[in-house]
Amino acid sequence: MTSNDTSQNGQYVLETRNLDIYYGSFKAVTDVNMKVERNKITAIIGPSGCGKSTLLRAFNRMNELFAGTSIRGQIMFDGEDIYAKEVDPVEVRYRIGMVFQKPNPFPKSIYENIAWTARIHGYKGNMDELVENSLRQAALWDEVKDKLQQSGLSLSGGQQQRLCIARAISIKPEVILMDEPASALDPIATLKIEELMQELKKNYTITIVTHNMQQAARASDYTAMMMLSGEGERSGTVIEFDDTKMIFTNPKDKRTEDYVTGRFG
Amino acid sequence: MKEKFIVEEFSDNLNTRNRRGAVWHVVFQASTIVGILALITLILNVVNSTFGYIAYEARVDPDTLAADGMPLEAQSKDQLVSLLQTELSSGAFNKLENEKPFAERTREEVFQLVVERIVRPDIVEVWDLWISLTQEDEIRATVARDFPNAELDFVSWLTTDFVTRPQTSEPLSTGVRTAILGSLWTIFFTILLAFPIGVGAAIYLEEYASDNWLNRIIQTNINNLAGVPSIVYGILGLAIFVRALEPLTSGKLFGIENLTSENGRTVLSAGLTLGLLVLPIIIINAQEAIRAVPRSLRNASYGVGATKWQTVWSHVLPNALPGILTGTILAVSRAIGESAPLIVVGASTAISFDPESPFSKFTTLPIQIYQWTSRPQEEFKSLAAASILVLLILLLSLNASAVLLRNRFSRRF
Repeated sequence: MTSNDTSQNGQYVLETRNLDIYYGSFKAVTDVNMKVERNKITAIIGPSGCGKSTLLRAFNRMNELFAGTSIRGQIMFDGEDIYAKEVDPVEVRYRIGMVFQKPNPFPKSIYENIAWTARIHGYKGNMDELVENSLRQAALWDEVKDKLQQSGLSLSGGQQQRLCIARAISIKPEVILMDEPASALDPIATLKIEELMQELKKNYTITIVTHNMQQAARASDYTAMMMLSGEGERSGTVIEFDDTKMIFTNPKDKRTEDYVTGRFG
Repeated sequence: MKEKFIVEEFSDNLNTRNRRGAVWHVVFQASTIVGILALITLILNVVNSTFGYIAYEARVDPDTLAADGMPLEAQSKDQLVSLLQTELSSGAFNKLENEKPFAERTREEVFQLVVERIVRPDIVEVWDLWISLTQEDEIRATVARDFPNAELDFVSWLTTDFVTRPQTSEPLSTGVRTAILGSLWTIFFTILLAFPIGVGAAIYLEEYASDNWLNRIIQTNINNLAGVPSIVYGILGLAIFVRALEPLTSGKLFGIENLTSENGRTVLSAGLTLGLLVLPIIIINAQEAIRAVPRSLRNASYGVGATKWQTVWSHVLPNALPGILTGTILAVSRAIGESAPLIVVGASTAISFDPESPFSKFTTLPIQIYQWTSRPQEEFKSLAAASILVLLILLLSLNASAVLLRNRFSRRF
């Protein structure tokens, strides 16, 4: 482990350095430099198709599961380059968990959703305890404690998404990436997820992609504004990265101001 | 409804559109009906030949076999046994004794033997079910006029005896046990070869193989292999399993010396040949099933740090299994009905003993049907029809059990 300003207990968990992301020969994201602070919520906002999700998936090497993606530049995680040759992407995904846009619990029981996840990582402790703790942390325990053997798919959309969060935190990752976790949910379920995020940030670092600007304003500490720019406006980049308050009240970039005030285009 | 205001350049064509839809509705319905009619015709045709009147004459008049003034039907078991002893050559009698000692046979069985071996009824005329039902009087008149010594009987060619008796050359005493067992043994080896290899190849192609020219060529070839005529696979099986791997398929390698199967034309060769035949079908169907597993499920698994193998084993395969089994059912149904490759591989046509090991000579139901339909006599056509019913029942019960198995898997959640 190299020791510098992003070392194990440093302020920043993730840091990108001149990051470019390619789909084949198409450069989808250009020159991103941003730092994700420990135990904070960092939001990535921007219009559709500007590469927000692509950037988020680069943080735990999920992009590689699609054929033909590659990166240039570096992503440092606790001071280590996660794209270095000797790093196993499975290990990266173990330590940087992910919650997806569409709730995707395994077609197994609620209990088994968490137990399977723990088991594949060689968990040898008390499984019942782990399941209960994870579900409690995800604020789902009271709703499902009597039906742990029912299918995860029998829950409502919001509950399913919280089950996915419980599943992600059951293996104690350092970072949780959330890709529009509430976009398929109604406002009440959305609010629950947002409250949950505030709880979770005590123990975890959260990076969230969202379309919903109020959500970013309400829930996040830092905000990265992404937009297509450069090279004929076809490649996305972070045009402004700052305190959420600054982004929404006093943006430096004219495009950010137009976007967050709804005057875009 | 109030007339809609029609904008210039648009026309009110709703009725035309509805009429066009109705025409297609009728066309599609008609195609379904044609298909169902074809199926019904097939079944009726088979059933028509399976039942009906037969007229038969005894080669030896049962009246001449009366002993102590008792007609044949009333004689005791001992009397019947001694009758067999006097009428048959001692060699034939000893052979029967060796198959199953007379002391253990029931009177009914011995009586059956007397009928088969001594009285030997000979079929002179066969009528199908339709004629038997509609022209009974004419049939009786014909028999009385042309065959005064013949007896007329309404028979079902499909009986439990037909299913449980081995093949013989006498139409009235033959059966399909040999063929049923041959089919089951063959299909067992077909599944044993094709299922694991097929599913394995499908997993490799879908989950591991990268998208390069070599894998694309392999994929194209598998697709093409699924369309290769089955007789070609027969020739392949003949060259590989019967000829090249003869020591293996005849059992010599395992120290089994069996003169009847030393040429490699065995159940094992047949099963492996059919396995090759259905392998591409199983691969393609399994690939479809694996591809149909939603990306979100794979994402969920990879997202919690599962390896590729953990994802495939715990999520992709269980979710693809119903589809894989459906494809396997289709493939096995095809294999069980194949005759051409087995003829090339060398299925026996006349064989009366059951296959007992992978290295036995064999016949299968389609081969048996083929053999009987190629005989000129009417009674063999009826036997073929009865065997077709047996084949269909066998196929349906195999499929039904596979469907039950599949439903068990897909009811998990």
